[in-house]
Formats: sequence, C-alpha cells, structure tokens
Amino acid sequence: MIEFVFQNPILSALLALGGLSAAFGAVLGFAAVKFKVEGDPIVDQIDALLPQTQCGQCGHPGCRPYAQAIAGGEDINKCPPGGQATINALADLLDVEAPSLDAEHGEHLDVKRVAFIREDECIGCTKCIQACPMDAILGAAKQMHTVIADECTGCDLCVEPCPVDCIDMIPVETDLKTWKWDLPATNQNPVFHVVANEVNLIASDLGRGHAFGDQHDGNKAA
Amino acid sequence: MTSLIKVWELPGGIHPPEHKDQSLQLPLGRVPLPPVLVIPLNQHMGTPAQPVVQVGERVLAGQLIGAADGTFSANTHASTSGTVIAIEERAIPHPSGMNSESVVIEPDGKDEWIELTPCEDYRSLDRLTLLDKIRAAGVAGLGGAGFPTAVKLAPKSTQVIDTLILNGAECEPYITADDMLMQVRAAELVAGTLLLSHILHHPKNLLIGIEDNKPKAIAAVKAAVAGAAVTDPEAANIQVVVFPTKYPSGGAKQLTQILTGREIPSGHHSADIGVICVNVGTAVAAWRAVRFGEPLVSRVTTMVGDALATQRNVDVLLGTPISYLLTQHGFNANNASRVVMGGPMMGFTLLDLAAPVIKTTNCILAPSKQELPEPTPAQACIRCGICAEVCPASLLPQQLFWYAQAEDFDRLESHNLFDCIECGACSYVCPSTIPLVQYYRAAKGSIRLHEIEKEKSDRSRQRFEFRQERIAKEEAEKEAKRVARQKAAEEAKKKLAEKAAETAAAPVSSADPISAAAVKVSATQATPDEQKAKLERLVAAAKNTLEFQQKPLVPNKTNPVISEEQLVKQQVRIKQAELKLAEAEQKLADFITGLGTTPAAAASAAAAPIAAEPAVDMNDPVAAAIARAQAKLTMSPEDKARANLESLRGRLAKAEEKVAAAKADGSANLDALQQGAEKLQQKIAEALAELSALGIEDKPAPVAAPATEPAAPEPVSAEQSAAQAAIEKAKAKAAALANMSDDEKRAEQIQSLQTRLTKARERLAKAEAENDANIEAFRAGVTKLEEKLQELA
Repeated sequence: MIEFVFQNPILSALLALGGLSAAFGAVLGFAAVKFKVEGDPIVDQIDALLPQTQCGQCGHPGCRPYAQAIAGGEDINKCPPGGQATINALADLLDVEAPSLDAEHGEHLDVKRVAFIREDECIGCTKCIQACPMDAILGAAKQMHTVIADECTGCDLCVEPCPVDCIDMIPVETDLKTWKWDLPATNQNPVFHVVANEVNLIASDLGRGHAFGDQHDGNKAA
Repeated sequence: MTSLIKVWELPGGIHPPEHKDQSLQLPLGRVPLPPVLVIPLNQHMGTPAQPVVQVGERVLAGQLIGAADGTFSANTHASTSGTVIAIEERAIPHPSGMNSESVVIEPDGKDEWIELTPCEDYRSLDRLTLLDKIRAAGVAGLGGAGFPTAVKLAPKSTQVIDTLILNGAECEPYITADDMLMQVRAAELVAGTLLLSHILHHPKNLLIGIEDNKPKAIAAVKAAVAGAAVTDPEAANIQVVVFPTKYPSGGAKQLTQILTGREIPSGHHSADIGVICVNVGTAVAAWRAVRFGEPLVSRVTTMVGDALATQRNVDVLLGTPISYLLTQHGFNANNASRVVMGGPMMGFTLLDLAAPVIKTTNCILAPSKQELPEPTPAQACIRCGICAEVCPASLLPQQLFWYAQAEDFDRLESHNLFDCIECGACSYVCPSTIPLVQYYRAAKGSIRLHEIEKEKSDRSRQRFEFRQERIAKEEAEKEAKRVARQKAAEEAKKKLAEKAAETAAAPVSSADPISAAAVKVSATQATPDEQKAKLERLVAAAKNTLEFQQKPLVPNKTNPVISEEQLVKQQVRIKQAELKLAEAEQKLADFITGLGTTPAAAASAAAAPIAAEPAVDMNDPVAAAIARAQAKLTMSPEDKARANLESLRGRLAKAEEKVAAAKADGSANLDALQQGAEKLQQKIAEALAELSALGIEDKPAPVAAPATEPAAPEPVSAEQSAAQAAIEKAKAKAAALANMSDDEKRAEQIQSLQTRLTKARERLAKAEAENDANIEAFRAGVTKLEEKLQELA
C-alpha cells in the first residue's frame, strides 16, 4: 500500500482527492435530503415583520402575498400601516437600503385605530362582515353588527362598503396597560411645577439641590 | 438573635444622602377624616378589582367594595363608614397621570366597622384558611410593588422554601415609614413573621433584615423578638440581621443576595431559590388580617420634604387624597418643586394631587426648589463607566443606554434589560446627568408593547389564514355542488334521450321482431274464421247503411220541407254506402278464395309480409337475415343448386389461393392442397351438371353471378342493407375471380398494375414538382412496377 503510494504519487493523490470528494459529496447529498428546508424561510421572515393588518394597501390581498412579492423582488416601502419601522426592519433583513414610505399607497398613522359601528344606524346588510379580513365583525342579516375591537387591525376595509356610512375609525386610547414611559427628549427644557406635565424624571438625577448635593461628595468617597 | 449569619456584599450600589432624620422627629401621627375618600380599584399589581357596591349605598369601614378579579388580584375595602357617592374614573397615583375606576366614599365621621372575625390561635387553622383570610383582607405588598401577598405566600409545590426574609431595609433616602412601623409595631412584626413562617411550613431561616441606619427600629425589633421567644420557642429562631447601609439593598433581589449570598437567576423569582421576601409592613398587615380579621384599610406613609411645615410619618386611611394630606402638613405650594410619590430615587412625580393614598404609597415627598431643582440638561455620554460600577444588577447601563436610544430591542433583551430594577443608581452617578432610567423604562415599555403587538399580529395572521382557508373551503364546496348539479342535469338529459330512443327503437330492442310481429298478426287477424266473421259483419253493416240511405225522404216535425239540397246530399250518401258495401264484399270474397285454395300458405303469405315489413322498414339486419332465411326456405331446387354452386366456387377460389401460397412457400402440404382443389373442381362440375339438368345454363362470365344472385331472394333483396350488399358484392367478385381463366387473371393483373403505375407516375411527377424528399422512394416504386408489368407481359 505505502509502496504503491510512493511509486505512483500522482495517481495516489488523485485517488485520495477523488475519494475525499466522493465522501463529502455523499455527506452533503445526504444532508441536503435529510435536512431539507420546507417552504420558503425568507417569506416567513418577511411575513413576521409585516404588521398583519391585511389591509391590502400595498396592492396585494394580505400581508403574506406581499411578503411573497417582496421575496420576489418587489419594493419594501409599500406598507403604510407598518410605516418606516417596518421598512427599516425589512431593509435590515434583506440587507438593502431603507427607502422612505411610498406615499402612493397611503400614509402612516401614528395612532392605531379600530373600526366602530354606530349601532343605531346599522341596517344589518352584512357587507362589512364580508369585507373584514379578520372576521372581526359580528352580526347577521338584518341584525345589528358590531366590531370586536381586540381583533380589529384598523385596516379600513369595512368603511367603504357600508351603505349607510355608520362605521367610524376611532383612535385607540392608551390605558394603564398600554401606557409606557416616553423616551426623554434629547433637548429637554423641563419646567417643574407642582403639577408637571411634561417631565417626569425620577428624582435621582445628580447634583440637583441639597437633597443630594449637601453631603454628596462625602458620600461618594465613602 | 444577634446577627449570626454572614452578611454578603452587594455588587455596585451608592450612598446617597439619607435625609431620614427630619421625618423621624415626630411620633407616628394620624390625620383627621378627609371630606372624601377616593379608593381606586387597582391599587395592586394585577387585574383591577370589580366593584361590588352601588352608588348611594352606605358602607361600613372594612366592608368589601371591590372584589378580586381572579387569583392575581386583590380585594379592596372601604376605609371608613360612609356613603358611596360615585364609582367613576378618578386620578390615581401613577406616572402616566391617568385616571382609573375608583369608588368615591363620603365619610359620615362615625367610623363604624363591620363585624370582624378575630382569630386567637392561627396555628389551629388550616394553612389555606389562613391564606384565604389574608386574601380576603386584600393584603398586597406594601413596599412599593403591590404584589398580592396571598399569591406570594403560596409557592409552587416544586419550590421548597428554606428562608423567609422580612424586608426592613428601607434603603431609599427620605423614606422612614418602615422604620417607624418597626419602632411602634415591633411585636406585631414578630407575630407576623411567625405567622408567615407557619404558612410557609416553618422555613429554616427566619431573617429580619434591617439597615444599620435604623438603630431604634433594630432595638425595638430585637426586644420584640426576645419578648416573643419567652412564649414561643420558634421566635428564638428569628434572626435580626443588621447590615451596612447602601442603596439599593432594599430591593428584594438585592436583600436576598446580601442575606443569603444567593443570586436570583435572570427571569426567575426568589421562590425559585427557596427564598420568600416580604416587606415588614406587609407582614404586619397579614398578621392583623389573621389575628383581628382586619382588612387592609390604612398604612404608614412618610410625609417629607422641605415644602412641608410638618414632616412625619402618618398612619393614613387608604383613599385619602394626597392634596388633603399635604394641606394637613402645611404644604407650601410656592416653594415646592414637585410632589413625588415614593422616594427621590425611584419615585415618580404626581401629575394630579387629587390622587389618593393607595396600598403602595410609602412616601409623599414634597421637596422645595432648593432641595430638588430641575435637573440640569443631559450631556453626551463620556463613557466613564461609573454607571456599570454602581449597577446592583451587574448590568452595563451604558450599553443599554445606547441600545435604548437606537431602540434596538433585540440587543436590549440580550443585555438583560429586564433584570434592571430601575433603582436609579446609574442616573445618580452619571456625570453627564443622563436620565438613564428614563431610557430603560421607555425601552421596557416599548418591548412590552412590541410583544403585545406581535402577539396580536400573530393572532391576526392566524385569523386571516383561517378565514382564507374557510373561504377556499366554501368555494370548493360550492364548486363541487355546481359540478354535481351539472352532472345530474347531464345525466337526466341522457336518460331522457335514452328513453326517447328506447321508445323509438322499442320494436327493435324488444328482442324478437318475429314474435312481436306474430303477436301483432294474431292480434289483428286472429284466426281465419274470426277474420271471415269480421268481414261478413262489415258487409252486413254496409248493407244496412245503404238500405237506410235508400229510404225515401219523409217530411217530419222538425224538418217539414224537403229541400233540393237535402236530396242531393242523400244521393251522395247512398253512393258512398254503395261503394263501402262493394269494398266489403270484395274483401270478403278475396278472403274466402284465399281461405279456400291453400289456407296454410295463405296464412303464411299473409304473415310473412307483415312480419318482414316493420323490421325491414327500419333497416334492421336481423330482420333482413330473417327475411333471407325465409326466402331460402321458399327457394326452388334450382335456386338451391345455384347457391350450392356459388359456395363451391367460393371454396375453390380459396383453395386455389392456398395452393398458390403453398407453391410460393414451397410448403409440404402442397399436394394435399392441390388434391382438395381438384375435388372442389369436380364438385363444381357436378353442381353444374345438376343445374343444366334443371334446364338453366350457368354463365361463367363475371356478370353472371350478380345476375343470378339477386334473383334468388327476390322479395327481400331490394330492401337489403348496404352491408349485406357489400358482402354480396365481395362474394360475387370472389366467385367471378374463381371463374376467371389464367389469361383473364393475368389480364386483370396487368390492368391493375397499369393503373397503379399511372398513379405512381402521377405521384412522382407531383413530388418532383414540389421537390419532395421522398422522390427517390417514388422513383424506385415506379421502376419496380414497370419491371413487374414487363414480367407479366
């Protein structure tokens, strides 16, 4: 064996390389079959970033079709409900420049809205029910309809079909559960009164009066 | 009793000025009943309670007004007796400054209590009963978070609790509420500790942790423990642990680390490592709830700050408006920079002073403008790293700050933002006065909202996909139904067509046309006798009519005058009757003659055409065959001989063909075949002789066969089907061929070859004209044909 290698160095090298490539090829081939990725993962990733309002403002019948279109090379700036945040996230995912929102498809509204049916005026035509992509409207023919606010994505699609215009898009109010602290303004000019509306910093900010200042240096040293 | 255990060092931490003295100068005070009590239904962490009283209802002190909504909630009680004047949204102490549903009570000043159910010996009670008492009393963490105590005291079965910590650290500057409580209610605290220990199955370590800046409280608690140990041996187990003051050692996680050296893993509760940490105030409230059945309606709160004339601790009813409290303590609004609920480190500015004192209000800080002026504007981060040094949770505040600014939530989470306890140590030391905790709080809120939104969008996606699926299913069902309907319609059409065809083809399909025809014949004609009788009746009837018409016209009542017209009409009628009679008589005569000569033959003759008629009319081959068979039956011997001759000739032709084939192949059976052919020829000769004996000469010419053929089945041949005709033609041709001599055959062959040749030439010419690819093949074919022709010629 060793003698053969010494006597035919080129041939044995070729054999060794060929053997190696065959072995790795077999491993790779097996892996390709065994660990085959089902579906299109990029579409799922894009779909996860889209806001799922299913409003169709991008020109596609729902968020997933748009995700598929983006995977197929369509522009990423056609989603008004997602706004710039979604565009940035998509740009990050797809490693492209983040364009600004295409105004052609609508404006981004900062405040979330949900549909509200003025129930006195509803004639029970079921047109909004058919239009709702979320199945978020309850009702039956000639019965008053109502919107399940928790399921409404604020897509607007029910407003247009209503023959009596009894659907309003109402901004969602922040309650105690959805309230959050705001980021501090970068150039704040806070005015503290007994009732301060704008600034609500915790009191620990350094060097402010004798509450902290008096013994401050000594404390720090200790 | 003295601190026997090792006290561990807390990482990071700061030493801000304590400012605890000013509120400890006066003893624990009380404030008069406020004109109105606003009791929010959400004073705790978790779901808000549900109101159980009506507006206008009179409530007693300690009466339940808000029932806990689920396990993770707490009961709410009326703090004093009075009337419910409203249940509405009122300002609550919350950094958002929002309103929340509250029960507004107008006190009647009597402070009448509901009947309480005290409990002398809690040890005789079931642990669950004790927990129920605590839950019913609405006890929630009084340290600041407001976690429902009954939930905290019921750890999971997998969590073995070996340490109970009573948190009396109170590390935040200014606040002295727990200090004061420990001083005045040390005995209750010790009793409460023993109660909690009992509920938690007597953990090994009972620790009361107090910072060393509260000597009075330490002394009081130690004395209480010693006092209790006299009657209760378990009290001797309670260790009062005194440890150096450092902010924020009062955090539950930090205190656990200081007293046990165990760090609570990220994302876990202290119970996961066998520790339960309860605020001293909470322990007292739990004790009172069990011992006296007294719900949590008041708490000790520190009123402090240079903007107040009186700074002290007060035992205040829950629901007392903060503005009322401030007024009671000589609040100087002009000098105040703000009013903070909680301490200066972790508290928040109250946006509406009408907000009431709630279970978590441990301090109302009303600092003067000198005390807490507005913060200096934030400068850029100089990356000094002091914030990381002081962080008690060992986080990297600087990194968190960058990521919070960039709203990079993934990185924030990977840097454990949620382990931040928002103690404010980093903000305190920041030389650039960056409000770091603000950033973390905002980022935490954003992440939480993000998660909620993500959950919602996932649900939306699910709903949308389900809807799509449902619609697709509906469509598919509709389509299936449509297809089914179409199919059914087609089938119905087909069936209809079949039925029509069936009715049209009924006589044919009814299997046997002869039997059908025979039935018809027997039906219409029945027996000859019957027929005769019928005809005779017909004649008789005709005679009758004639006689009636021949009667002279007589004038009657209805028709007195006989007109000429009537006469003419009568003449016509008579003529018609005469004709009918003649016809009937003729028919009868015909029938009788037929019947008379050959009754059987006549019957068959009558039957045959009738039987053949309907079938042949419909071009039915079966009927035609039957007709032929019948014709054969009636064939004369001459015809028979001729048919025989035909078949013989056919066989001869076949035999000759076989002989030729055998010759070409050089078959072994050649001789046998030739003999067979010779035999056939002999037979033909015999048949010819027979035929000539009958007096008819068979013509050997090709025309002879077709000529003789149609003569045989005379009545039917004319109506024979096309197929039959073709067969006959082929037969005739075969017969003709058989009759042909060799010369004739050859001539025939030559002729056919010639026609083929001319055709081939034509094709060749055409191919040449069109420059076809197959020219060569055509040319070869033509030359071959020419060769063959020459051979034959």
